Amino acid sequence: MNGRANPVISGRLRGLSLHLVVLVIAAFVVVPLLYGVLGGFKDTGQLSTNPFGLPSPWVPENYTDVIMSASFWRQLGNSTFIAIATTVIVVGVSAMAAFVFARFAFRGREFLFTLFAAGLMFPFAVAILPLFVLLRTFGLLDNPFGVILPQAAFGLPMTIVILRGFFRAIPGELEEAATLDGCGAFGFFWRILLPMARPAIATVSVLAVVASWNNFMLPLVVFNDPNWWTIPLGVQRFQGQHASETARILAYIVLAMIPALGFYAVAERHLIGGLTAGAMKG
Amino acid sequence: METTTTEPGAPSRLPAAAAGRKARPASAGARGGRLRGLVTIALFLLPGLVLFCLLVVAPILVAFYTSTFKWSGLGGPPTEFVGLDNFTRLFANEVFLGDLWHGAVLIALSVVVQLPLALGIALLLNQRLRGRAFYRLVFFAPYILSEAITAVLFTMILSPDQGLANQILGIFGLDGLEWFADQSTVLVALFLVMTWKYFGFHMIIYLAGRQGIPKELTEAAQIDGASGWKVFRFVTLPLLGPTIRISVFLSIIGAIQLFDLVWIITEGGPTHSSETMAVTMFEFGFNRFQVGYASAISVVMFLISLVFALAYQRFVLRRDLEGATTVMRDQR
Repeated sequence: MNGRANPVISGRLRGLSLHLVVLVIAAFVVVPLLYGVLGGFKDTGQLSTNPFGLPSPWVPENYTDVIMSASFWRQLGNSTFIAIATTVIVVGVSAMAAFVFARFAFRGREFLFTLFAAGLMFPFAVAILPLFVLLRTFGLLDNPFGVILPQAAFGLPMTIVILRGFFRAIPGELEEAATLDGCGAFGFFWRILLPMARPAIATVSVLAVVASWNNFMLPLVVFNDPNWWTIPLGVQRFQGQHASETARILAYIVLAMIPALGFYAVAERHLIGGLTAGAMKG
Repeated sequence: METTTTEPGAPSRLPAAAAGRKARPASAGARGGRLRGLVTIALFLLPGLVLFCLLVVAPILVAFYTSTFKWSGLGGPPTEFVGLDNFTRLFANEVFLGDLWHGAVLIALSVVVQLPLALGIALLLNQRLRGRAFYRLVFFAPYILSEAITAVLFTMILSPDQGLANQILGIFGLDGLEWFADQSTVLVALFLVMTWKYFGFHMIIYLAGRQGIPKELTEAAQIDGASGWKVFRFVTLPLLGPTIRISVFLSIIGAIQLFDLVWIITEGGPTHSSETMAVTMFEFGFNRFQVGYASAISVVMFLISLVFALAYQRFVLRRDLEGATTVMRDQR
């Protein structure tokens, strides 16, 4: 490189080539999504004769059919309910445990914490068979709690590890002051610690919602009844039923993406902050 | 682990700051407080412990137990004890050995192609570049879509007859590929989908790591006359070490457990050429009712993850973790 010769021009060139690389990668990410969005407005014939251009004519039926179908909304409702219930349980239970791990000393603390932290590397797939037998025994198949409770259980390690780190950082003087003012352990936890930890709580909640929303394997074995299918399950089954109607499937998955992308737009900072924190601590 | 100065077994509040500084007198009141402390600990810990033991630990232990039986999973607990037969069968089975091989291939591709790509993009986006916040947002977006949606989308795009990918190849006058339908291309096609979905995640981790490197260090190297490549090789890359090691770890653990994408796109086919351990386990456990055999696969998956995680932490992350624990000690 003879970059020293003319720094202005070489700088420009460098900026331009950098931009080109970034644009190519952006195309790699965006083109599949765009293909889905536009493909949903075509019919299957157009998809093969006119794969790149805009739809002509625009065929909105693929989208409107999905929007009009009760099963799509039902799946959306199921996914939402399961995600919210999972999040409330896993964050509530983890906050209590993390509080104890962060601010009490007792025999066996390190052992118990290590047990939970080790859960970070237990693959979900390892437990799925016994879990299925267990849920069947308790009559939790085709029951949303058959998905909610195991999801919450498997979410504990990550949530506890993140929250414990955060709770530790809250100065001890604060707790002393609260104790002097007559605040018990529970009062301190509920009225001081949790409100102070709001950013951390938001972060782990966002992570829990996304994990639940995208979970596929557990709903796959728990829900036989279409009335309980979640979005990922519905997407897979819809493809199975309409295998040859590519455009309809594209419309379905594009509509199924919208809640996740919307959530991402709103919670992007918490999501990314949480993932990097989780990665560093995991 | 250092412990606080109270009697063993006695709970004390505030291990971080107050313990040691303020020893409580051993009066009746203190004993009552200690009891109350124990009750508080138990009450706060119990829900998590019950949930975790019942739905995470117990199922894994049960998997170990049932892996020593021939069992259909139906009609009561298993009775036909077969010892380690399931495991010997497993390691003599070509499909399972294929699973291990596919896992190794996907891991190798991830570490050699996907992660360097993510690192390169992270460093690009760390430069002053117009619209970099937007690009970051876009590159990360696939990560939050579910595997199911990704899988179905790419089944369409990489479809052998009218898929978008083959149409694009057609523009350049190239013949279309069979993608997921051909044994020789299915793993690469799968890796393409994995890269689309996951590189943004690694990019975000690298970006966070890169932004943690003080500007003074790279600037000092530049002033000393180091070229762009040398700054990267001798300053940025070593300081990103901990981040890279974590990212490699997550990538490998993810590949060991890979299920959703494969199950939806190929179900392991054609003729097992894209099958993973989790897919084989699922197939035997839920479709063929050979739960004992499937449990053996679960156990092997668990042991591989465990041994890998322990070995990785012991040998690769050691330096990073030492740093972390000293920091933690300082905080106490």
